[in-house]
Amino acid sequence: MNKFGIILSHTYLTRVKTKSFLITTAITILFILLAGNVQSIMHSFGGSNEQEIAVLDETGGVVPALKENLQAGEREMSLHSYEGTETEAKKDVRDGTFDGFLKITSNEDIPQGEYYSMQGNPSPVSERLQQALQPVKLSRAANNAGIDPAAVQQITSSVVFETVALQEDAKTAEEMNSARGLVYVMLFLLYLSVIMYGNMIAMDVANEKSSRVMEILVSSAPPVTQMFAKIAGIALLGLTQFGAIVVVGYIMLQSKQDQLTGGVFQYFGLQGAGAGTFIYALVFFLLGYLLYATLSATLGSLVSRTEDVNQLMAPVIYLIMIAFFIAIFGLSSPDNMLVTVTSFIPFFTPMLMFLRVTMLNVPIWEIVLSFGLIISAIIILAAAGARVYKGGVLLYGKSNSLKDVKRALQLSKKE
Amino acid sequence: MTLTLDSITKTFGKTTAVQNLSLEIPEGEIFGLLGANGAGKTTTFRIIIGLLEATKGRVYWDGSKVTYEKSGMVGYLPEERGLYPKLKVKEQLIYLGRLRGMKKADIVKELESWLERFRVPEYMNQRVEELSKGNQQKIQFISAVLHQPKLLILDEPFSGLDPVNVELLKRAVLDLKENGTSIVFSSHRMEHVEELCEHVCMLQHGTPIIHGRLKEIKRSFGKKNLRIHADFDLEYLKHTDGVLTFSSVTDGCVLQIDQETTAEHIFHTLQGKGFVRKFELEEPSLNDIFIEKAGTSYE
Repeated sequence: MNKFGIILSHTYLTRVKTKSFLITTAITILFILLAGNVQSIMHSFGGSNEQEIAVLDETGGVVPALKENLQAGEREMSLHSYEGTETEAKKDVRDGTFDGFLKITSNEDIPQGEYYSMQGNPSPVSERLQQALQPVKLSRAANNAGIDPAAVQQITSSVVFETVALQEDAKTAEEMNSARGLVYVMLFLLYLSVIMYGNMIAMDVANEKSSRVMEILVSSAPPVTQMFAKIAGIALLGLTQFGAIVVVGYIMLQSKQDQLTGGVFQYFGLQGAGAGTFIYALVFFLLGYLLYATLSATLGSLVSRTEDVNQLMAPVIYLIMIAFFIAIFGLSSPDNMLVTVTSFIPFFTPMLMFLRVTMLNVPIWEIVLSFGLIISAIIILAAAGARVYKGGVLLYGKSNSLKDVKRALQLSKKE
Repeated sequence: MTLTLDSITKTFGKTTAVQNLSLEIPEGEIFGLLGANGAGKTTTFRIIIGLLEATKGRVYWDGSKVTYEKSGMVGYLPEERGLYPKLKVKEQLIYLGRLRGMKKADIVKELESWLERFRVPEYMNQRVEELSKGNQQKIQFISAVLHQPKLLILDEPFSGLDPVNVELLKRAVLDLKENGTSIVFSSHRMEHVEELCEHVCMLQHGTPIIHGRLKEIKRSFGKKNLRIHADFDLEYLKHTDGVLTFSSVTDGCVLQIDQETTAEHIFHTLQGKGFVRKFELEEPSLNDIFIEKAGTSYE
C-alpha cells in the first residue's frame, strides 16, 4: 500500500474504534428511532385519545350534518346525541363520562353552539366543532332568506387564480418544492459535516502536533499526502456514520410504510427530484467538504495544543454559518442579487450555487465558472496549506493569530 | 553512501541558525555533532532529512537530496520525543514502520526482537502513555531503527536514561554501525561522544568551531592534563611556566599544561622532594575542549 493508503486507513481505523465515535453514532441512531416512533410512543402513554362529546340538539336535525362535516377531518372525535337534560350532561362531563358537552340552540332558526368542557378554553376540539357548525349555519340562513344553494356556493367559493410561466423550461411549483427540500437537506448535511468533521480533522492534526509525533510523520511522508489522506480518512468516517444512520432510517421507514407512505421523502419533496439534481448535490457536497476540510487541516497544523483548536476554528464556523444564513434567505428568493453574487465566492458556492441550480435556470457558464473558482480555491488552499502544514508542525508555542501563518510559511521555505 | 553537507546556511528572519557548515560523513561511521543549547544542531538535522530547506548550500546523500523516496532508508530520533500516547506500542510501530516502507509481518518480528533486546517484551500491547519516560524513549529509539536505516539521525539519544539503559542503547548504536549504518548524533555528554565517534564537529552559534577526527582534535588542542598524587605539598607548581590551571584533588592535584615538555620539566622538579604515588599525563578530555571552546559546562 502506498503512504496515502496507509495514513488513510490509520486515520479511519483508529477513529472508528474510539468510544466517542461509537457513542455519538449510537445516540444519533437512537434519536432517529425515537423521532420515527414518536406517535406510537405517545399512544402507549396516553392510550386512546378519542374525544367523547355529548350533543344536546334543541333545534333538531343539526347533528347529522355536523357529523358529516366532522367526518372529513378527525376520526378522534365522536359525537353522541344526548337524551338527558343540560344539567345531567354537565354532570356527566364533570364525572368524566364525556370529554365535552355541546349544546346547540336556535336563535331565529339559526343554530348556535355552546361548548362545555372542564377547561373551557378554546381548544382544537372546540375549534373543529365551530368549523363544522359554520356551514350548517350558512345553509340554514341562506335557506331562510330564500337564496338558491347554488348562489351560496358561488358566493363562498374562492376565486380561481393561476400562475403561468412564460419561460419554456421554467420550474413548476412541484419542482420548486422538491428543490427546496433537497436544498434543505444539503444545507444541513454540509453544515453538520463541516462543523463535525472539520473540527475532527483539525483536532487530529493538533493532536499529532501536541504529542510531537508529527516530526516523525513529516520526515516519513510528504505533508500534502498526509493532509489529504487525513481528509479522506475522516470523510470515510463520516460516510460510515451517515451510512449507519441512513440504513437505520430506511429500515424504519420500510417497517412503517403503511403509516407514512413515502412520508419523509414526500415532506421534503424528494420524490420529484431528478437524477441531475442528485449529481449536482453530490458534486457540490464533495467540493464543499474538500474546501473546508483543507482549511481545517491547515489551521489545525498551526496550533500546538488541542485546546487552541476551537479558537482557530471559529472563523471557519463563521464562514459556514454565513453561507447557511444566506442560503436560508435565498430559499424564499433565489433570484436575489446577493445570492447570485455570493454564489461565486468559493466558501459559499456549495450551498448557494447549488440552491440556484436547483431552484432557477442558471446558465451553464455560471455553473462552470463557480466550479472553476471553487476548484482553484481548493488547489490554492491545498498548496498553501501544505506549506503551512510543513512549517506549522515545527512551530511550537502559544499560537492564536494569523502571524503564525506567516511564521509557518517562513519555516517551510528557503528564505 | 556518504552524506555531504556543502556550506549550509540557514536563517530564520534575522537570526542565523547555521552558518556555512560543511561536513562529510562517511558510510558506516558515527559522527558527533556537538554544541551548546541553541547552537544549531537540531536545525542541521532537520535540514539533513529535508524537514527544513537550507537558505544556502546543499545536502547530498548518495549523490542527491534526501527526499521522501528515500525515507525508508532514513531513521530519525527527534530531540522532542513524540509518539501517539493513546496507541499501543505495537499499533504505533506498525503504523510508523509501514510509513517507512516495511511490511506488517516484518515489523512485528523486528519489534519483538528489539523489545527482547531492551528487556521490555511485555510492552508490546501497552499504551505508550502508560510507560515511563525512559521506556517511552526506548520505544522511540526502536521506531527510528526498526527499518534498518542506512542513515540514522539521533538527536540526544541518551538523555533521560539510566546508566543501564544508556549501555543498552549504546550497544545497539554500535551494532547498527557495524552493519553499515551511517549515524549522526548529538549529545551534551562528552564521554558518550568520545566513546562512540570518530569524527566530531562542534557548533557555536551555528558556526563550526572544531571539526575533524577526534584524535587529531585532541592532539592539536595541545593542552594536556597532568595528574600528580604525592605525599608532599604541590602548591608550588601553580607558578611553574607552562602550567595553565591548577586544581587540588585528594592526594594531589590536576594541572592543565600547554605542552608535553612542560610535563617533563615538572617531572624533574619533583625529584628528591618525596614519594610520588602517581604521575600521569592525560590526553585532554572532550569536555575540557568543549568548555574551553564553548565556554560552558554541561556536566
